[in-house]
Amino acid sequence: MAWVWFHRFGSPPYFYRLAKRLTPWVAWPAALLCVAGLIEGLGFTPPDYRQGDGWRILLFHVPMAFLSMETYIVMAVSAAIGLIWRMRVANAVAASCATLGASFTVVTLGTGMLWGKPMWGTYWAWDPRLTSELLLLFLYLGYMGLRSGFDDISRADRASAVLAIVGLVDIPIIHYSVDWWNSLHQGSTLIGTGGIAVPSMWVPVLMMIAGFELYFIALLLLRTRGEILRRERNASWVAQELGEAPPDSAPSGPPLAHPAAQRV
Amino acid sequence: MNAEHGKAVRMPPVAASAPPASAPPMPTPPPASPMPAAEELGSAATRRRTGAVGAAVALMQRDLRVALRRPGDTLQPLGFFIVVTTLFPLALQPEVSLLRDIAPAALWVAALLASLLALDLLFREDAQDGTLEQLALCGQPLTGLLLAKTAVHWLLTGLPLVVVAPLAAAALGSPAAAIPGILAALLLGTVTLSLIGAVGAGLTMGMKRNGSLLALLVLPLAVPVLIFGARATQQAIGAEPLAAPLYLLGAMAVLAVTLAPWAVAAAVRIGLE
Amino acid sequence: MSELRGQDLHLWRGEQHVLRGVCFELAAGQCLQVTGPNGAGKTTLLRAVCGLVPLESGRVLWQGRDVTVDPAAFHAQLDYLGHDNGLKADLSATENLRCSVRLRRSVTPQQVASALALTGVPDTGSAQLRYLSAGQRRRVALARLLLTGAALWILDEPGSNLDPRGQELLAGLLSQHLSGGGAAIVATHQPLGLPVAQLLPLALE
Repeated sequence: MAWVWFHRFGSPPYFYRLAKRLTPWVAWPAALLCVAGLIEGLGFTPPDYRQGDGWRILLFHVPMAFLSMETYIVMAVSAAIGLIWRMRVANAVAASCATLGASFTVVTLGTGMLWGKPMWGTYWAWDPRLTSELLLLFLYLGYMGLRSGFDDISRADRASAVLAIVGLVDIPIIHYSVDWWNSLHQGSTLIGTGGIAVPSMWVPVLMMIAGFELYFIALLLLRTRGEILRRERNASWVAQELGEAPPDSAPSGPPLAHPAAQRV
Repeated sequence: MNAEHGKAVRMPPVAASAPPASAPPMPTPPPASPMPAAEELGSAATRRRTGAVGAAVALMQRDLRVALRRPGDTLQPLGFFIVVTTLFPLALQPEVSLLRDIAPAALWVAALLASLLALDLLFREDAQDGTLEQLALCGQPLTGLLLAKTAVHWLLTGLPLVVVAPLAAAALGSPAAAIPGILAALLLGTVTLSLIGAVGAGLTMGMKRNGSLLALLVLPLAVPVLIFGARATQQAIGAEPLAAPLYLLGAMAVLAVTLAPWAVAAAVRIGLE
Repeated sequence: MSELRGQDLHLWRGEQHVLRGVCFELAAGQCLQVTGPNGAGKTTLLRAVCGLVPLESGRVLWQGRDVTVDPAAFHAQLDYLGHDNGLKADLSATENLRCSVRLRRSVTPQQVASALALTGVPDTGSAQLRYLSAGQRRRVALARLLLTGAALWILDEPGSNLDPRGQELLAGLLSQHLSGGGAAIVATHQPLGLPVAQLLPLALE
């Protein structure tokens, strides 16, 4: 009985429609929070006594750093669910996470370097957090590379799930070892970043974090919908779904009622 | 015209194989071989099933034997390791203090790349000649068999590195007293490297071009080994206590031995499809 | 009593619906001959029955039990001979057989030698398998079938590369396997030379 929700949630048409309805409820608050955070952070918070206006880069950097790690966890967990229970929606979620996570990681690295130039006098210091982030980017790239190496989408899902799980076990070890390797640098807690020292700075940063979390969820819903459509393009429910759209958006040519539709 | 020709060509083989089909098969043994007597091949009564350990040992023997038949391929990683470590003094000045500083990095990066070198072949050849399928279908636990294969990979790449490491370390100016520490670190570290590498090799086994992808998958995962291994080597050269990094290397080796075989087996199963 | 049964096997390869509800039932002493044009999914069916390729839906039952419950027990009862012989080219015929049979059961050198004699592989001593002809290598693989003594043979084009005499040998081995209570699935277009009672045809489209 308790598994009913699981199976319902795992049904691509159900998830597709649910995601479609949820997206605006997540996207609008995300936009509002981000705009409010930006106004608060750029307009009403004074410059830091040590970093000057440079700290404002952290309004982007901190949420992105959170998201880059979080996306990997979401990706690995949903890939594991897809691998173990063969839940097709979970596989689509994992596939959508990879590019998102890699982009968050790139933004984190970029903003980190921009922040580092005025603060440390150099774009790249082998700071443990930046180094971990760089390795995380490599993990994402490996995951995407492995995915693209398979023609068959189901094999790609399962092989990359194995890699994601191995990576999830390894990430804490990597993180810890990099910290240990360069323990001379500042600690890695939010407060101790040397960036956000004053409580008045937390407010906009926390608003930005919340805003970007919602933004991530909205993006993930959107991308997963696209991924589901791509994977189920021959299923009859997709034809119905697209039937609501203008007729020219439905592909002409081969009939959409493919035997794969029965797999739902 | 063409179709008729095609028919004419297709007919003879069918006709040729018809006689054995119509004749009762029992009395048509090939001259050299009478039909098997069950006892000769080991009847059901005399058959003894091999346990998982026995199967793993048989597999290791076979892989070692294959490796011995091709010493050139087998020794490549070792040669690579020696060449790379001796390139460092040539690229820098041969100044002992400088070499000592870079020795840990040179030894470990070379070890990492050397262990990567032989990984590509770890499962690929077996997948191509069908022996990997036989492993998956022999009724023995695949995790154990693949652990055995990985153990052979370590015996052929990791262990030789450990054996020549004293020479390489000496060439890089490390004092004799540092050698035992360096050996211990390499011994523990290469085990983990082989196991992580086996996961990558299993995942990329079915792909045509996988050399650089394999490196992209394996190297980030191997960073902790690199860090702690190099640190242990550095402390051994500096005559500092090195128990901490060695314990951590040992812990990672234990973790890898416990978890990696499952991932390797899952990866190989997917690769075999 | 049915030894092996396939129930409504479905399998997709990417966009292609390769196996579309394949059903079969096989008793001890029977051989299922799978035929069909190229690309009909003969190899896929054989590999799916072995468990090498996961089925989308449907079940394979061995002696009444779903094989996915205890795959190791099922695999211990079957021997698969695919397109590739599953032999190492760097080892001699004897070494190959000794190693691959020892994965499953103990074996003596005499047993290996007599199996090789039975399948008509000339005594090549320690010559590596790469120097043997393709047909001879196939015969070595047939010797492995004899030595493992599995109850279920799954053979994919077993007659490829075999000369007419080799085909006769194969027919003889198969017939003996069946009359000893074994079962077999063979994907081939060549006549197997078996009595009608032992032969079940399965045509894939």
